[in-house]
Amino acid sequence: MTKSLGLSGMRKTWQWAASGLLALACMGGALAEENPHDPYEGFNRSMFAVHEVIDQYAVKPVAQVYDNVAPLPVKAGVGNFFGNVGDLWVGVNSALQGKFGDAGVDLGRLLVNSTVGIFGLFDVASELGLERHDEDFGQTMAVWGVDGGGYLFWPVIGSRTVRDTFGWGVDLMADPVGYVDSVPVRNSLRGLRIVDIRASLLPADKVVEEAALDKYAYIRDAYLQRRRNQIFDGRPPRQDDY
Amino acid sequence: MKKLIALLFSGFVATAAVAQEAPDVLVQRVTEEVLEIVRHDKDIQNGSTNKVIDLVDKKVLPHFNFQHMTALALGKEWRKANPQQQQQLTAEFKTLLVRTYSNALTSYKNQKIVYKPFKMAPADTDVLVRTEVQQPGSKPVQLDYSLEKMEGGWKVYDVVVAGISLVTNYRDQFGQEVRNGGIDGLIASIANKNKSLEANQKK
Repeated sequence: MTKSLGLSGMRKTWQWAASGLLALACMGGALAEENPHDPYEGFNRSMFAVHEVIDQYAVKPVAQVYDNVAPLPVKAGVGNFFGNVGDLWVGVNSALQGKFGDAGVDLGRLLVNSTVGIFGLFDVASELGLERHDEDFGQTMAVWGVDGGGYLFWPVIGSRTVRDTFGWGVDLMADPVGYVDSVPVRNSLRGLRIVDIRASLLPADKVVEEAALDKYAYIRDAYLQRRRNQIFDGRPPRQDDY
Repeated sequence: MKKLIALLFSGFVATAAVAQEAPDVLVQRVTEEVLEIVRHDKDIQNGSTNKVIDLVDKKVLPHFNFQHMTALALGKEWRKANPQQQQQLTAEFKTLLVRTYSNALTSYKNQKIVYKPFKMAPADTDVLVRTEVQQPGSKPVQLDYSLEKMEGGWKVYDVVVAGISLVTNYRDQFGQEVRNGGIDGLIASIANKNKSLEANQKK
């Protein structure tokens, strides 16, 4: 029952994504002078505007309340909990990229933190020197040689390339939270995770506001640089030439 | 007399040591000095922009090469600027970077900086010093500095946070401004941005 619910939701997401991509393909051709990194800029900028409104009136205020009200140990526990929930999938992706040593560490983290770390609330594994890795299916596809395929901006979800939008869908299907039986618990966990992620970005808000000449372009280029860094596990080849 | 000579000599050794300070030692020393001040300064913790800019001016800026940073931010457009424009660009970009990223220091709370192992050959003139910011409940954030060897010691020319260069992240935006209004248009845009930031701060 749970699974079928999750899958039907998933199917809707895909239909929505597929029709969105089709619309993009049409718009892309219409733009006269396009940025090679951003072929769907017109579409993306309108989505960015929608996102800004949703963030300003819904997501950010909730994240600010959470950030102010929740004491640090609670916030750390929440962050650790979702980190632990994700570690199995991180391990699978490490393995899919041929990094079997990393995958072993990821599984070790899952075991240690789920037990000694009391359901992942404490990141005991990091204290023991089992380093947390940052992997997802989009990175796995990149390692396999799949091209980014153009930058996209989605409301609420934010920046994703075409490849990473697809990867994100796969990550979502693999997400253990999606298999929680109780619907209220599942939805609460999903909501809490969004708030946790948004709250962790609050300090960056002011910097981006102040530093950017064009906020949309600043966020886009930061995303593309960060993604490249993740794909190369923090050691991307240099490309600064002028 | 002996004491005096010893004193002079030790002073000389200390100066020489500072001049030859290795890039990783430099990054660690400056980081620790700055954080030590932030930890004890209530005004900075409460978001005093003036005070934090003052701190950055004194402690951090002497170790940065802003001309190189500006050239890196502009990419191939840099060569389109004449020397006077290059000077103006450097001045405005410096103001922008200092103002925006000094403010980031005011949100420093209980993060821990970890210095990654560093290796360099004696002949190296361009190195990457890697550090990591750790805080409870979050993934560690990578914080790397590119430094080049210059006459006055090692100078930072790029700062990379979580893989995002705070310098090259401007390249497309600057390129767009140059396409719209030339180099002078870009100078004006950055200057306007600085003016509006300053005006907001006074409120």
